[in-house]
Amino acid sequence: MYGFEALTFNIHGGYLEAIVRGHRAGLLTTADYNNLCQCENLDDIKMHLSATKYGSYLQNEPSPLHTTTIVEKCTLKLVDDYKHMLCQATEPMSSFLEYIRYGHMIDNVVLIVTGTLHERDVQELIEKCHPLGMFDSIATLAVAQNMRELYRLVLVDTPLAPYFSECLTSEDLDDMNIEIMRNTLYKAYLEDFYKFCQKLGGATSEIMSDLLAFEADRRAVNITINSIGTELTREDRKKLYSNFGLLYPYGHEELAICEDIDQVRGVMEKYPPYQAIFSKMSYGESQMLDKAFYEEEVRRLCLAFEQQFHYAVFFAYMRLREQEIRNLMWISECVAQNQKSRIHDSVVYMF
Amino acid sequence: MAESHGGGCCPPMDLMRSEPMQLVQVIVPMESAHLTVSYLGDLGLLQFKDLNSEKSPFQRTYAAQIKRCGEMARKIRFFKDQMSKAGVSPKLILEKGIDIDFDDVEVKLDELESELVEINANNDKLQRSYNELVEYKLLLDKAGEFFASAHRSATAQQSEIESQQEGEDTLESPLLQEDKSIDATKQVKLGFLTGLVPREKSMVFERILFRATRGNIFIRQSVIEESVVDPNSGEKAEKNVFVVFYSGERAKSKILKICEAFGANRYPFSEELGRQSQMMTEVSGRLAELKTTISAGLDQRNILLETIGDQFEQWNHKVRKEKAIYHTLNMLSLDVTKKCLVGEGWSPVFAATQIQDALQRAAVDSNSQVGSILQVLRTKEMPPTFFRTNKFTTAFQEIVDAYGVAKYQEANPTVFTIVTFPFLFAVMFGDWGHGICILLATMYLILREKKFSSQKLGDIMEMAFGGRYVIFMMSLFSIYTGLIYNEFFSIPYPLFASSAYDCRDTACSEATTIGLIKTRDTYPFGVDPVWHGTRSELPFLNSLKMKMSILLGVAQMNLGIMMSFFNAKFFKSAVNIWFQFVPQMIFLNCLFGYLSVLIIIKWCTGSQADLYHVMIYMFLSPMDDLGENQLFPNQKIVQLTFLFLALVSVPWMLLPKPFILKKQHEARHEGQAYAQLDETDESLQVETNGGGHGHEEFEFSEIFVHQLIHTIEFVLGAVSNTASYLRLWALSLAHSELSSVFYEKVLLMAWGFNNIFILIIGILVFIFATVGVLLVMETLSAFLHALRLHWVEYQNKFYEGDGYKFAPFTFTLVGNEDE
Repeated sequence: MYGFEALTFNIHGGYLEAIVRGHRAGLLTTADYNNLCQCENLDDIKMHLSATKYGSYLQNEPSPLHTTTIVEKCTLKLVDDYKHMLCQATEPMSSFLEYIRYGHMIDNVVLIVTGTLHERDVQELIEKCHPLGMFDSIATLAVAQNMRELYRLVLVDTPLAPYFSECLTSEDLDDMNIEIMRNTLYKAYLEDFYKFCQKLGGATSEIMSDLLAFEADRRAVNITINSIGTELTREDRKKLYSNFGLLYPYGHEELAICEDIDQVRGVMEKYPPYQAIFSKMSYGESQMLDKAFYEEEVRRLCLAFEQQFHYAVFFAYMRLREQEIRNLMWISECVAQNQKSRIHDSVVYMF
Repeated sequence: MAESHGGGCCPPMDLMRSEPMQLVQVIVPMESAHLTVSYLGDLGLLQFKDLNSEKSPFQRTYAAQIKRCGEMARKIRFFKDQMSKAGVSPKLILEKGIDIDFDDVEVKLDELESELVEINANNDKLQRSYNELVEYKLLLDKAGEFFASAHRSATAQQSEIESQQEGEDTLESPLLQEDKSIDATKQVKLGFLTGLVPREKSMVFERILFRATRGNIFIRQSVIEESVVDPNSGEKAEKNVFVVFYSGERAKSKILKICEAFGANRYPFSEELGRQSQMMTEVSGRLAELKTTISAGLDQRNILLETIGDQFEQWNHKVRKEKAIYHTLNMLSLDVTKKCLVGEGWSPVFAATQIQDALQRAAVDSNSQVGSILQVLRTKEMPPTFFRTNKFTTAFQEIVDAYGVAKYQEANPTVFTIVTFPFLFAVMFGDWGHGICILLATMYLILREKKFSSQKLGDIMEMAFGGRYVIFMMSLFSIYTGLIYNEFFSIPYPLFASSAYDCRDTACSEATTIGLIKTRDTYPFGVDPVWHGTRSELPFLNSLKMKMSILLGVAQMNLGIMMSFFNAKFFKSAVNIWFQFVPQMIFLNCLFGYLSVLIIIKWCTGSQADLYHVMIYMFLSPMDDLGENQLFPNQKIVQLTFLFLALVSVPWMLLPKPFILKKQHEARHEGQAYAQLDETDESLQVETNGGGHGHEEFEFSEIFVHQLIHTIEFVLGAVSNTASYLRLWALSLAHSELSSVFYEKVLLMAWGFNNIFILIIGILVFIFATVGVLLVMETLSAFLHALRLHWVEYQNKFYEGDGYKFAPFTFTLVGNEDE
């Protein structure tokens, strides 16, 4: 039904789209960030945020604030928004919204498994988990000794179960294995999400394909850069790339054999959309890459709001809020540690 | 400032004009600033302008103090939360006149908070161990039961086996005995764990345990009926007691981890019955001990909360007030010398002395060496609109403000609305029985005014209470029109005299007017009751009400145009009088004013002329002879004149005004270059204070299009608005028909059955229908239609409504704001 969403979309999705666009209007603007950057201490930040949508979440916090409290409360706001939307949503939008949180689930699983490997307290680890990626038996993950057990014990009940089919080994868990597991899971997740969006069709699939392809490509680049100099073989590396995106399949072939960052750069510059990102950086530099990718992502996410009658706005809103929380965390840290000159290093402006 | 009153011909009409306002500048020395603002807040007659709008909140002068206030407000919210949890209600009486020091309050709040937090922490600790013990006790109970029953069934089985053995001693006995002995030696020691798990997780818990140990466990759960307070979270939860049997150390460590992950609290448990009962008594003893300790702790806490509650409202008020003061202080700009604050704001002219007085008092009370300075600024900005209202007029003013706040000093429609609004409502709602019902209801609200205004009411109740005087007026007027219509729940009463008509003979039926002869004088007030129920009732009333609606409508529209005249007079705009007011007057009155006159003539003379015909053919073929529709001599010439005047007035409205405005603008522009030289100092001051007064743009085409739209709107509006007033007739008809249906089809029919039950049901239905449909829904719809007639048909003749409301800084609102 491409092109005819306008006829039927509002029956189920109209209310929520209105809600999400209202939420989008509550995102912090460049003016807000400029004001935040001038704050002298965390109380100033609280005072400024009290005039925004975060106000009611922060107002009852006693005065010596910590960065973690600010981040926690802001995340709470995001979670509340999400839960409100989820409980209003009908199929297939509710599935779409569920998909958004699977990424956090993967992160949480990895966090807990790594944590237990290093013998951290489970309770402490659970507090660190992203609230969107929580599921019932998450704490039980600590019991598992290897991948197979992990799957059999806990994850078989979660939506992540199908993604595990590719990484079931009886090897004991170690840092390397966990990292491979994370990337395999992510690959499976992104591919599944991509397929799901294709199935939805219309503007949703069009815009989400673009956003997910970007996500997949970014992950491919990051995997390549992070695996340079490790014992990961080329074939293994290639197995971790998602099977879609702008770089698929030829770019993946080339990325798989890269030995240093400049080779990666050489590969990426063949693709016009990524040329701009890499041309901003000087040779041999990779610190700024994350920020450049984030900026590009935010730009694409903002564009999603230009079109109506599709689900990508929900994805975009959640991602933008997460970026905003990252920004706030960075600003708060900089303010708290008196490093105000470095604020602009990592803040990604949105509007 | 347009302080001068209107021309000499008409009264100044202070009632209709908003208060004259002035922009004042207050220069306050730093040391007395706080007290000054506080006194001004008590006075509540000055609206501060934000002079620091470009600064972010924390860059302002008093950001630190606002942060302090925010912190204190947080503590107060914390106290309130604690008090409502503990069921302590704060003392509501606000003791006036006691001045509490802000810093003292802060210190006090700080102390009290830390004390409260400490007590809470202690109590929590105690409560936690208490809850643990309660859980433990429940566990001992349930698990003990389980072990006892297991023991019983085991012994029963044993005895069964033994009895079987005794019975079949012959063949199988040696084998079995051997088996048993092997069992006893090979028996693996099974470990077990006991604890409590939240009920909603119990199934998952069991499943995970099963998976983790590959089924090598034995688990028993039993439900605890009453909910238990969880020691960790302090919340009530439904829980199950579980007993898990396992074998081997690895299984144990797994189970322990899973228990931890599920938030299942484990407790030690002994298999021996003796130990069990011993533990039971121990736990019960400790529980009793803890209970007394906890209650002592709670008492202490309650005492603390009550001391807080005594002064809570005072602190709350103080903190809010302080916060408001600092917010206002932040709007003032800091002088270059940093010794004084400069504030600008609007105030009514009459308040100048009061403000001056407040400034002086503040200077004296704060022992400031320099007094504050108040000076009036000249500005071209539009001042805010401020009407002084009382509790009676407020609701009417709200009705008008809901459409748009009047432009500064524009004629206020409220003055007439106070009478016309309830009157037009009553025309649609004419029934003195219903009127009395509403009067009684609204009297209840008015008489208990004091009580209601101090408490919080529901949404709908709040609305009814706010508009109580509007409803009061509406009910009075509907009693009046009800008497005119002679309707009392649709029953006619010959109240003022008996009917003027009588039957000619005994045979004449009631359902017809034929056969009635006039025997007495005309019925003195309102509609003759004899019309009611006759075949010609509807035609008679329709004709009456329709004509009446047109008369009322034309009268009200004329009033609206007259108001535009007063406005033009007040703002000294001759153009608006001669090229807007005059042609509008002529146009409306030549057409619909004439119709009204015809109606009155027809009423007076009893003529049979067809007014539709007259009006329609006045346009279609004005030269034709009127024939039998002639109401007065020379009617044709009069009509031709009126038609000509009406046609002329349209271009009169449309064309001259834009050209004259253009000319005026050009003249003003030329003059300006010379005029400024004479009053250099004056204009300089204006420049500095008012931010310059740039030349207003003059776009001729825009003005012309505007005038064109205005003219078309008026000409078409004259027709459609007059037709719109027919809603008065329509709603009034609907009301009387509905009430007569309820009366005849429900009440009278029920009466006709001569059965007491049917009568009671009929009366109940009648009462509910009357209250629900007629008194509530009809009131609402008549209210809305009256509202529309005022907003659209009446106010569009003169009302601009593009002003903004005067919102002074005052403490009276500070107390009410809810977060």
